[in-house]
Amino acid sequence: MELLVASGVGVMTATGVYLLLRARTFPVIIGLALLSYAVNIFLFATGRLTTNLPPVISSTATAYTDPLPQALVLTAIVISFGMTAVIVVLALRAYLEAGTDEVDVGSVDTAEGERPGGSGGSGAGGDQA
Amino acid sequence: MNHWLIVPIALPALLAPFIVLAMRHDLLLQRVFSLAGTIALLAVAIALTAQAATGPAQLYELGNWQAPFGIVLVLDRLSALMVLLTSLLAVVVAIYAVTSEWDTRGRHFHALFQFQLMGINGAFLTGDVFNLFVFFEVLLIASYGLMLHGGGAARMKAGVQYVVVNLAGSTLFLIAVGTIYGVTGTLNMADLAVKVPLVPAGDQAILRVGGLLLLVVFAVKAALVPIHFWLPGTYANAPAPVAALFAVMTKVGAYSILRFFTLVFGEDAGDSAWLAADWLLPAALVTLIVGSVGVLGAKELARLVCFSVVASMGTLLTAIALFTPAATVAALFYLIHSTFATAALFLLADQISERRGGAGGRLITAPRFAQTGLLAAMFFLAAIAMAGMPPMTGFLGKLMILDSARDANSMATIWTIILVTSLISIVGFARAGSVVFWKSASLPEPKQVASARPALPIAAAGMMLAAMIGLALFASPVTAYLETAAAELYSPNGYIQTVLGPKAVAEQY
Repeated sequence: MELLVASGVGVMTATGVYLLLRARTFPVIIGLALLSYAVNIFLFATGRLTTNLPPVISSTATAYTDPLPQALVLTAIVISFGMTAVIVVLALRAYLEAGTDEVDVGSVDTAEGERPGGSGGSGAGGDQA
Repeated sequence: MNHWLIVPIALPALLAPFIVLAMRHDLLLQRVFSLAGTIALLAVAIALTAQAATGPAQLYELGNWQAPFGIVLVLDRLSALMVLLTSLLAVVVAIYAVTSEWDTRGRHFHALFQFQLMGINGAFLTGDVFNLFVFFEVLLIASYGLMLHGGGAARMKAGVQYVVVNLAGSTLFLIAVGTIYGVTGTLNMADLAVKVPLVPAGDQAILRVGGLLLLVVFAVKAALVPIHFWLPGTYANAPAPVAALFAVMTKVGAYSILRFFTLVFGEDAGDSAWLAADWLLPAALVTLIVGSVGVLGAKELARLVCFSVVASMGTLLTAIALFTPAATVAALFYLIHSTFATAALFLLADQISERRGGAGGRLITAPRFAQTGLLAAMFFLAAIAMAGMPPMTGFLGKLMILDSARDANSMATIWTIILVTSLISIVGFARAGSVVFWKSASLPEPKQVASARPALPIAAAGMMLAAMIGLALFASPVTAYLETAAAELYSPNGYIQTVLGPKAVAEQY
């Protein structure tokens, strides 16, 4: 089980980081979502992986699973869900106003100049740094 | 329990939904309540600071749950000072937003503003790492809304970058928190300080990874190189009052570094003692260089101020990275000063850009504008404060930092970089000032000088300048307060005893 969870977290993080570096809003949002899933599972694992154990200590229980990471994950899920919703709306607004879906740091300075790729062309900006 | 401790969080938290729900159609009511709320907040912050100045750290147990199990708020001299600084800035920003009518350019400015204050105050007061994450998210969510206030394509694009960077930062925060929890089994900062020395040698590497990841997260907030790149674009495109309020948001990162890495990874942390120092110092020095070169190269007034913020964060974190009480006193003094100077510069840059018509904030010669003399004088004062020239507080702050670095191994490097970058900043500011104010004066008189605009927003910027002068006048009592605050940070037993009771420290030694 450890291998499965660990590789799950690893693959999702790697995919998320890769998509984040694509610098286009849609892949970036998917990447952030994947990253937050990876983090949620990782947080679960910090309480150690156990199955079929109660999350409370009682006089009859011989062992228990740590309830705190579960509470943390719940908080993290709520926050990351809200954040994803915010950035989806924001990305749509930015796309509609600027006519391009690039997440480009330098674009503020060159806002008045037309980009060579034109507005929103999906294949044009493939080889930018 | 002293219930006043939670007021800096509860007051804006209650006021914000009230503003959204009850008075969303009435701007006048919003303004009245928002201003009254921030002034009340300032009064509470002054009272709390007065309390903190005379006694030991105070504890507030949320829901009356005991410390390692429940979430606690802790008021010591440092957190009281930060809350006071925030609320003072909040009053000025609120006045500016109302008088310059920035709050009419979009909806819900005042509600978001109060939520932002709630998050910032919470981050300063909390004594729990996961709660710190939650308050970071609160202040970030509010800052997303504030940053986009007024809309526009450039602001939207900068906003997307800002949100993406911070979401990635939040993810890292969770990974760091999870890693630390995995090896220590606690998230209460005082409890962490007790547990970290007891971590077995085999888990030390994991603990250090967690600690350094947390440093990266705080460095994102504090705009440390190489993760400073989001700041100039964001702050330059944010509305001016919001950018002025953000002056204290970079300080949240600096505060978190100072709090966490003196308390948890301080002297008593065994193998992981002073974990942050080796990484922080070089990064801070490079930040300083990058920031001041940016000041020299900026083509627009607001971006110039942004890069001066990056440079000031570099100076501040250089002092923090020394991790000595004397350097921390200097760092805290510089922190207060740079918050005021940043806010004043952002507000002035906005006033100047507004008056220059088509030229806006771009550093090109443009026809003369109304109230040139007054604005030029104020910009001059704020600029020399930011660059660190006498007689303003920036000079005092930098002098204290240089003095405290005298005994450090890397003294020569630190002195050289701070002094050279100060010179570069002075040149950058002088260039901007001469283009905006002097060259425009030599142009032929325009047919009609733009009519005078309301002077009240300028008064708000003047309040920040007055605060700096006040800080310079009362430097001695402020420094005495800061010395006690720094002494508290470097002997954290008092903090730990306050949170966990006297037994916890006795067990450890």
